[in-house]
Amino acid sequence: MQRIFKSYAGYVLSLLVLGAGLILVTRPSLTAPAPTPDNLQITAAGATFPFPIYSKWFDEYHKMHGDIEINYQSIGSGGGIRQVLAGTVDFGASDGPMSDEQLAQAKVKILHFPTVLGAVVPTVNIPGVSAELNFTPEALAGIYLGKITKWNDPALTGPNPKAKLPADEIVVVHRADGSGTTYIWTDFLSKASDEWKNKVGKGTSVNWPVGLGGKGNEGVTGQIKQTPNSIGYIELIYAVQNNMPYGRVKNSSGAFIKADLDAVTAAAAGAAKDMPADFRVSITNAPGKTAYPVSSFTWLLVPAKIDNAAKKKVITDFLHWMMTDGQKFCNNLAYAELPKPIVAKELKAISLIQ
Amino acid sequence: MSFRYAWRKFVNVVMLSLTGVCALSAVFVLIFILGNLVYYGGSNLNWAFLTRLPRPVGETGGGMGNAIVGSAKLLFLAAITGVPVGLIGGVYLAEYGGKTFSFLVRYTADLLNGVPSVVMGIFIYTVVVIPMKKFSALAGGLALGVMLMPIVLRSTEQFLRAVPGSLREGAMALGARKWRTVLTVVIPAAYKGIATGVLLSLARVAGETAPLIFTSFGNPFWSHGWNDPTDTLPVVIWRYALSPYDDWHRQAWAAGFILLGLVLLVNISAKLILSRGMSSGRA
Amino acid sequence: MSSSVATVSIPTRPAPVGRVRSFLRRLRSGDEIAHMFTFVFAASIFLITVLLVYELYHNTALPRHKFGWNFFTTQTWDPVFDNFGALPFIYGTVVTSAIALLISVPLGVGAAIFLAELAPRGISDALTFIIELLAAVPSVIFGVIGVFVLVPIMRKYVEPFLKATLGSLPIFKGPIISGYDLLTAGVVLSIMVVPFIISVSREVLLAVPVDQREAALALGATRWETTWKVVVPYARIGIFGSVFLSMARALGETMAVTMVIGNVVKISTSLFMPGYTIAAVIANEFTEATGDLYTQSLIELGLVLFLLTIILNGMARIMILVTQGRGTSQE
Repeated sequence: MQRIFKSYAGYVLSLLVLGAGLILVTRPSLTAPAPTPDNLQITAAGATFPFPIYSKWFDEYHKMHGDIEINYQSIGSGGGIRQVLAGTVDFGASDGPMSDEQLAQAKVKILHFPTVLGAVVPTVNIPGVSAELNFTPEALAGIYLGKITKWNDPALTGPNPKAKLPADEIVVVHRADGSGTTYIWTDFLSKASDEWKNKVGKGTSVNWPVGLGGKGNEGVTGQIKQTPNSIGYIELIYAVQNNMPYGRVKNSSGAFIKADLDAVTAAAAGAAKDMPADFRVSITNAPGKTAYPVSSFTWLLVPAKIDNAAKKKVITDFLHWMMTDGQKFCNNLAYAELPKPIVAKELKAISLIQ
Repeated sequence: MSFRYAWRKFVNVVMLSLTGVCALSAVFVLIFILGNLVYYGGSNLNWAFLTRLPRPVGETGGGMGNAIVGSAKLLFLAAITGVPVGLIGGVYLAEYGGKTFSFLVRYTADLLNGVPSVVMGIFIYTVVVIPMKKFSALAGGLALGVMLMPIVLRSTEQFLRAVPGSLREGAMALGARKWRTVLTVVIPAAYKGIATGVLLSLARVAGETAPLIFTSFGNPFWSHGWNDPTDTLPVVIWRYALSPYDDWHRQAWAAGFILLGLVLLVNISAKLILSRGMSSGRA
Repeated sequence: MSSSVATVSIPTRPAPVGRVRSFLRRLRSGDEIAHMFTFVFAASIFLITVLLVYELYHNTALPRHKFGWNFFTTQTWDPVFDNFGALPFIYGTVVTSAIALLISVPLGVGAAIFLAELAPRGISDALTFIIELLAAVPSVIFGVIGVFVLVPIMRKYVEPFLKATLGSLPIFKGPIISGYDLLTAGVVLSIMVVPFIISVSREVLLAVPVDQREAALALGATRWETTWKVVVPYARIGIFGSVFLSMARALGETMAVTMVIGNVVKISTSLFMPGYTIAAVIANEFTEATGDLYTQSLIELGLVLFLLTIILNGMARIMILVTQGRGTSQE
């Protein structure tokens, strides 16, 4: 009797484990607060620039509609564009608007919906220097071109007479992945420096002359944090949330502006009038005395035709909520709200989704 | 005692110690890794961490419940797809195989084994994700399953071959057909080895990250069924380690500790079962 | 058994019918089904591998036609102007693997010698047990240790030390920027690869026949001399095999490398400069490569990596088989 029991014990045990496994994975509700049986999951992917506000939004939206889960993965704007073109996500997100060639590649027309306004700030980690530095656009272009290599270069000490900049090598950090933040930054640098415009150009992924690559805004921030004497470009909230010093940038009127909600809103002030119908516009180096020069809209990329009726309803409903009630979450996370005239135009554009 | 002889003895002792140092440093590295994981991640290990969902970016207090369940799901699917193929294929190679076809199967299994994990991710992306138009746990599980197949195949064949021919012959002499012999005599005889081989291969694919990036993607919520993308432990560890948030760093250490702990547990028990099985004689 | 008795007693049955009859008999008795059943599963592994190779080949048509062999000699990787070249990634992969081997082979073979020849059996088994556990540690965990522990150590202590002592060599010439560089990636890889070298070399050394050792000892050699001058040369081929195996493994490593190498597309002689490997660039850029040429160029990189690992693995297996065939096992 004992021998039979011993030899079959292994089989019985494996069957039990298998059974437990089957139960667990087909009914995750056993381990979690049970969602209602017919919940809907929508997959989205894209920009890391607005990831903090998006993750807050999708969390709040889920709290309001318990059976709807919007799964947003921040893989970079390049990823958002690619996956929405391939149809593997329900909508994408990017801070670099899709180019005409990319739009031509789409099997279904893709609509751009601006969501928030944000700022890209030059963030530094210089041991011993905690003051806010002033950067001219030419200096930033020079650093990223590899022509300005030390922190005590005259182009940097000039606007910062009181800061004790060391004679150390500058460690440049940029994005390793396809990034809308890169698009915004290179768009600004192209306006600042003809050499940059001709040599490197603007895009979500460029041929960087110098620097280390980090993955996502998160990765770049992490890398700056861990590396002394480094500089990188990240979205404002990442610098704020991680208590990292970021510099002021000289705008087209000659003033050194620190990125904040008012400065970013000022940059978008002129845009509302000339907003094209598809909402693709660049507001870097915008005119205005208080405008922050490296500001940008960020967009959700939504297919104009969504076959699944339930998903279409959720997406249009979310867009509506995002532009109206959702905007109140922006300021806490250092993003500026959309100007009202633009919201009005967008609400009308939602009806374009079939 | 000439000088030359003394020198040779000296070299002998020095080299003995040096090689001993080499061996000990390898051991030291493992202990160092484990120590770091415990030190940095230990504070984060509580029940809430293991069962909660992640919080939005920048907020503290999130957990990894969904990633743990996600990994378990993927391993389950990998086991269902990879183990039968490897096992039964191994039976074929050990018991039934013809010469050329067996060579082909072994050779391609070796090729499959050597595929870098990131290339496997590309393969499953083109073959499963794009036609399905969805990232899914199914794709992730299949990626791991395909990686599992050659390992299980190899170890099954090895342990089946190790069963002595006398057992087979004895069964056949009693009138059993070949399939009956294999099923009721040979496989149970090699059962321990095969089971440990399966466990070891599962432990190995549990830690794979690269193929999951483009297949199971990620998901801050619980993933339902097989068609939704899902967070998995290795991918979350990677994402959190590269982020700038200290809370996420601590979570990455803790999750790393769980992952490594489980992997090592399976490896140690598998090896112990194997060695005890061998030394206590044939089944 | 009874069937063969039956056919012996009726020898006049014509051949083809007899064959079909015996097939049907085997089918009913289950053996043929079992054969076909197991055959199907074994064949599916074969088919999956064929499908994989086909997919890799088919999905690299664009860059193969556009760049041809120039793909392997171009240094630029420019998504804006659609110009892709594999050279920086091949360079990074080769350099990091080379560093890994330079560190791990002496360490690993030394440890294997200790475990196979010089240590008492109990200690040897216990230590081997622990070292083989190191081989089971997932890559991403090495990455986490790399980012938080190793990179600062390299940046603060190891690299300045190397620069101070060996700074005249071109490989240690550049400025030490951040610790995220080729050298750190090589060190992480060496830790990951060492257990394989130790494990395989130890088995290969144990396979050297006892009489070789006894003959050397009888002639008055010390244990070290026996090992170094007799046993190791005998097992030389197998040890090379373990090196090739480890190289194949190092080439495909993704996560640990991409977390510490700096992810920069550039070829530099200085090891303190960041770099990029094939596996790392695929992991970072694949989900977001827009445009077919970009995506397919990444897949072509994957194909290159796959081919490299096939060649190395093949050579390794042959070498190990040769050594194990030459000697009888000591166990």
